[in-house]
Amino acid sequence: MKLITAIIKPFKLDDVKDALKAAGVQGMTVSEVRGFGRQGGHSETYRGAEYKIDFVPKVRFELVVEDGAVDPVIAAIKAAASTGKIGDGKIWVTDIDRLIRIRTGEEGPDAI
Amino acid sequence: MITGSRAGASTAAVDHFPDLVRKRPSFLRRFLIATAISSGAVLVAGGGAALAADEFDAEGAITSLATATNLLWVILGASLVIFMQAGFALVETGFCRAKHAAHVVATNFAIFGLGFIGFFFIGFPLAFGGFSYSAFGLDAPIGGSLIGSGEWVFLWKGGWALSGGGITPALIGFFLYMVAFMDTVATIPTGSMAERWKWGSFVVWGFFCGAVYYPLMAAWTWGGGWLSQTWSTMNLGAGYVDFAGSGVVHAVGGVAAFSGAKVIGARIGKFDKDGNPRAIPGHHIPMAMLGTFILLFGWFGFNAASTFAATDVQFAVVATNTAIAGAFGGVVAMFWITKRTGKPDPGMMANGMLAGLVSITAPCAFVAPWAAAVIGCIAAVLVIESVFFVERKLKLDDPVGAISVHGVGGLFGTLCVGIFANGSYGAGWNLSDSEGVEGIIKGDWGQLGAQALGVAVIIVVLGGISYSFFKIQDTVSKKMGKGGIRSSEEDEVMGLDLPEMGVYAYPEFVKS
Repeated sequence: MKLITAIIKPFKLDDVKDALKAAGVQGMTVSEVRGFGRQGGHSETYRGAEYKIDFVPKVRFELVVEDGAVDPVIAAIKAAASTGKIGDGKIWVTDIDRLIRIRTGEEGPDAI
Repeated sequence: MITGSRAGASTAAVDHFPDLVRKRPSFLRRFLIATAISSGAVLVAGGGAALAADEFDAEGAITSLATATNLLWVILGASLVIFMQAGFALVETGFCRAKHAAHVVATNFAIFGLGFIGFFFIGFPLAFGGFSYSAFGLDAPIGGSLIGSGEWVFLWKGGWALSGGGITPALIGFFLYMVAFMDTVATIPTGSMAERWKWGSFVVWGFFCGAVYYPLMAAWTWGGGWLSQTWSTMNLGAGYVDFAGSGVVHAVGGVAAFSGAKVIGARIGKFDKDGNPRAIPGHHIPMAMLGTFILLFGWFGFNAASTFAATDVQFAVVATNTAIAGAFGGVVAMFWITKRTGKPDPGMMANGMLAGLVSITAPCAFVAPWAAAVIGCIAAVLVIESVFFVERKLKLDDPVGAISVHGVGGLFGTLCVGIFANGSYGAGWNLSDSEGVEGIIKGDWGQLGAQALGVAVIIVVLGGISYSFFKIQDTVSKKMGKGGIRSSEEDEVMGLDLPEMGVYAYPEFVKS
């Protein structure tokens, strides 16, 4: 089992969700985060005082998939979340040691 | 007997409705003649013996109606100015952070009652014990001088808690209008001291402002005190002239805002270790802009109703000059801040409009519309440059720009009377023999002298008193182990809402 984590532009969330559902994904967890990448932020002025905006709002989501489903899911995310411009985000994959469904107690791939 | 700054502007019986008579004397004469003829005709026709016995007193009837209408105008104005409290509340809260929102709005809310109580018991008599103005029915003052006499009165007395002999409906209505102006002064420092003022310390300021601070300047000017009589004692124009209070209200509040900001210190994180200011953006720009519009709306009561008489149609000129200055102020501010920083910062546009309104408040009745536009334009540039100066050079933290809008704008407006007044209005102002308040554009430098003296008094005396008040309060509080007038560091960082007020403004969105 693998944990897929992705950072995307907030307005792309609905497109990505639809693409993931079409790819067979049955659940995901979403959080609102801020971040920056290689390009950094920009500066604004407020009442004459300059301030840097380093962090840009992003959406982060996580989903658990079976090993075989990783590549199709990544492809779906990339296609749906991409705009071709700076700030599109990143995807990373990590291992999951154990997975439990709380309601039934099921473990492993049955809990996905 | 008519005293106070407006004295002399209306004296003889027929002058009870000055402009109605002056501008259309033939109308009145025709009316009186027509009424006389008709009542005479009834007499001759042997009509009702009752009518024959007492003829219809046309002049008395018109006077009564005019007086009542004028008092109505004053109460209407009072309502508009009191509504400005909402404007201040929204502007300040919008320009401050969400974690302090309940505290900031509460200071603006509470100040209404706190200043009111001080003014009701002590302040109003000190300022207006010697005032009367028969155009709205205040035929005699409720008291006299307390300190000083003749042309050198420093404080008045009479009518404590609006009680005692001579308290008429007109006086009570006049109190309402004046308490609204006092509350405007009191609420100004809540802007410059926002986000770090202890509640208890703020409460003391409210009482002090209503009972003592504002009444001092009001007594010296509008109440008929020494500053208003400098036409006689120092040969300066028509004496200190301030139609609705650029100086008496806004600058007096502005210097207190300056003093308070100086004593209380900058917010944590406002200046970095090199002393450069950091931006601390307000949490609700739409709220601040709405507040600005409410202030604009209320200003029509602030300025136009200061004619105290609906029969004095100058109120139409006043209202329009007010709007002109506000409009030009907002637009010029937009261009100026764009030139200075590249973007039309909405907060600065709002400050520009407010500065225009503040600056026109003293000269509004005495200047031509073109001058109102010029005043608005200059005020906008002044306020923006002042915000930069106060923050970058003086290193004072003023979250909403109160020092610049009210202090700088107010002092500038006070001087404008001595520059742009064109002599078209204000005959007999301050009981002088002036035929109209005139400034430099009419070749009269005396008025500017009177205004400059007022400016100096505001800066030195009122500034000194307000600074002493905050400094003494802070020192005494620290000596008593209560930590001074500023909130603690933990409270300020967490947000004053919970520790000071016990509630969050936005409990579902709490985030330090």
